[in-house]
Amino acid sequence: MAGGNGAPTNGSATGGTQITFLEAIRQAMFEEMERDPTVLLIGEDVGVYGGAFKTSEGLLERFGWERVIDTPISESAIVGAACGMSYLGLRPICEMQFIDFIVCAFNQITNFVAKGHYLWNAPAPMVIRGPSGGGVHGGPFHSANPEMYFVHTPGLKVIYPSTPYDAKGLLKAAVRDNNPVLFFEHKFLYRRIKGDVPAEDYTVPIGKAVVRREGQHLTILSYAAMMHSSLEAADGLAKEGIEAEVIDLRTLLPLDEQTIVNSVKKTNKCLVVHEDTKTGGIAGEIAAILFEKAFQDLDGPLVRVTALDTPVPYAPTLEEYFLPNARKVFTAAKELARY
Amino acid sequence: MTKAMPRELTRQQYLDLYYYMRLNRTVEETMVKLFRQNKIVGGLYSSLGQEAISVGSCYALDKKDWIAPMIRNIGALLVKGVPPRDIFMQHMAKYDSPTKGRDGTSHFGDLDNLHIVSPISMLGDLIPVMAGVAIGGRYLGQKIVTMTWIGDGGSSTGVFHEGLNFAATQKAPFVLILENNLWAYSTPVRRQVPLENLADRARAYGIDSYIVDGNNVVAVYNTAREAVERARAGEGPILIEAKTFRRLGHAQHDPAEYVPKEMRAYWEARDPIALYEKFLTAEKLLDAAGKKEIDERLDTLLTAEREFAENSPMPPPEFAEGGIYCTGDDCHKIRAKWERAIAEVTPPKSSVKPVWTVPGFGSGKGSGGAGAPIHFGDTPAPAIMEKAGENGRRAKPAKTTGKNATKKAMKAAAGASRKARR
Repeated sequence: MAGGNGAPTNGSATGGTQITFLEAIRQAMFEEMERDPTVLLIGEDVGVYGGAFKTSEGLLERFGWERVIDTPISESAIVGAACGMSYLGLRPICEMQFIDFIVCAFNQITNFVAKGHYLWNAPAPMVIRGPSGGGVHGGPFHSANPEMYFVHTPGLKVIYPSTPYDAKGLLKAAVRDNNPVLFFEHKFLYRRIKGDVPAEDYTVPIGKAVVRREGQHLTILSYAAMMHSSLEAADGLAKEGIEAEVIDLRTLLPLDEQTIVNSVKKTNKCLVVHEDTKTGGIAGEIAAILFEKAFQDLDGPLVRVTALDTPVPYAPTLEEYFLPNARKVFTAAKELARY
Repeated sequence: MTKAMPRELTRQQYLDLYYYMRLNRTVEETMVKLFRQNKIVGGLYSSLGQEAISVGSCYALDKKDWIAPMIRNIGALLVKGVPPRDIFMQHMAKYDSPTKGRDGTSHFGDLDNLHIVSPISMLGDLIPVMAGVAIGGRYLGQKIVTMTWIGDGGSSTGVFHEGLNFAATQKAPFVLILENNLWAYSTPVRRQVPLENLADRARAYGIDSYIVDGNNVVAVYNTAREAVERARAGEGPILIEAKTFRRLGHAQHDPAEYVPKEMRAYWEARDPIALYEKFLTAEKLLDAAGKKEIDERLDTLLTAEREFAENSPMPPPEFAEGGIYCTGDDCHKIRAKWERAIAEVTPPKSSVKPVWTVPGFGSGKGSGGAGAPIHFGDTPAPAIMEKAGENGRRAKPAKTTGKNATKKAMKAAAGASRKARR
């Protein structure tokens, strides 16, 4: 799989280098902390150890104990404390060691952090980030895609990038945003995906999807690791004369409805691919949006390729069966194209 | 262990404490009237009989310090400088209220000026948040202390533990007031927590604690002031258990028939305002004329505040929409106020060697080398602990009744809080 596929928006990677997805995230934090002394990192094992996946390697060494804070195993305390810090004009980044553990702070996030601005005019500029997703045999508690719990929570922003360029640019945008932003990092991509990033400072706008590949026969919407499977499937479809338009959602909340609707109005068919489970996944929301805003333009059913409605199983054979992949996308897309 | 040191207050301080307790009670009495007139939109919670805690503890803070009140801490809001009209309008869901009708009761804050963080109904959430404010303030070089309150009921939540433990590991300048009013809705404290003194919870976090008679405003103030000074000096978080009683039900709808009659009578005889009036009179700090003056001042103030609140409109329905995100330059105006050199937290000065120092290699005592035995601590035997507990129970409110709350009793109680044995 090629990383940085269809480099978004500006496309200029002058003086850029090929870095991993993980390195992009590390660089984003490093550069933001370098740029702004109000940016801090707080989480479990983020300091001396540099994070369970080494996303914060070198940060403590450079920025010291007050700015890179190792905490007890207390996700609610991490999120609550970061929220308190944000009230003083600080911009904390919280790391969840695995994103699965974010639900331990569910109440703190959904009731306190998310509601603050609407209710009490108390914005909380903070980022909650962590490694998510399956495909690495992490088992049921280290493979989660819990994004939709939070997409259903007004007040939050939810980002789930697929390329090093976007990961770096969106994480920087998240740190500078005045709202609480959840930033999901698909761990399958951490060291497998490389891409160009510019040497100069840049951000990627939150709330904007990007067309990764243009096509006219159907639209494939996806994000994160499944973005790469979707592009792989699109390559296969092209060999059969089916040109899929592939869109990377990048931000799930707020969702870029315009880009989705525009594409479907062009192709008249839509397939949504996500690694999250099917029921209550974002495909359902997108289906509703298309029924509301592009019903007359649809020439076929909205098709979903998603994980099964089960926990993420542990055995490689089970997990492979559970997860969507390029082959499943290819098969579903081909069928939809011929509808 | 020692108790909070008694301290002399100025005449003005004594009278401030009285005024704020009276204001606290009168504001709530006014709201009961509004409730009966169906002008309060949702529930109405009472701090009747607990005013000394909200007022005495918040009065111990400096202007720059931060609070996050709970539902029964209207008094703390008033001491911080929130006008009564805001409290009325919050309860009445008015458009001129701090939340413009989007939230009710004491759920509002003022980050910029008064340094108040809004509570939510999920108990304990404020503890890590206020620990975060404390740590953030220290990072910026501000010498602030943060304070929040929790009930006997709320002290059983998971986030109470997470928050206090984290605050302790960070030595955050944070004071937690545990208002033990003996009831969590309909459940008595003994069915919630198997401890005689909830201050003992502090032992689990290695932090210091005090127990204080929550119906004695001077004792609450003295204890809180000492805790605030110690927290500000860098001694870490401190827990204060204030023993009191919830005189009314969980909220207005609840007649609280589950409370034994004798229990209620016992505590009603210890009304914090009546006790304090006796003290002030005996000390010649307040006479009939002075009291009348305060009565009139409160009446004038609250009549005007209530009128303003009642005349405020309800929010226009469409105000429900929007405002979810903070957008534009005007939305987020809070800028970090640095009171230390930024160079201290930026490279090269911030650079450290990323290694842990583990004293004694984890054996429990100072470094003793490879031959040193593993240390198992010096936890006292149960008999000794029991004795320490007895010594510390001098503040037990049973010894004072409303009748004989003379100057002497009041003064004794003022100092009769104690630090729980570590």
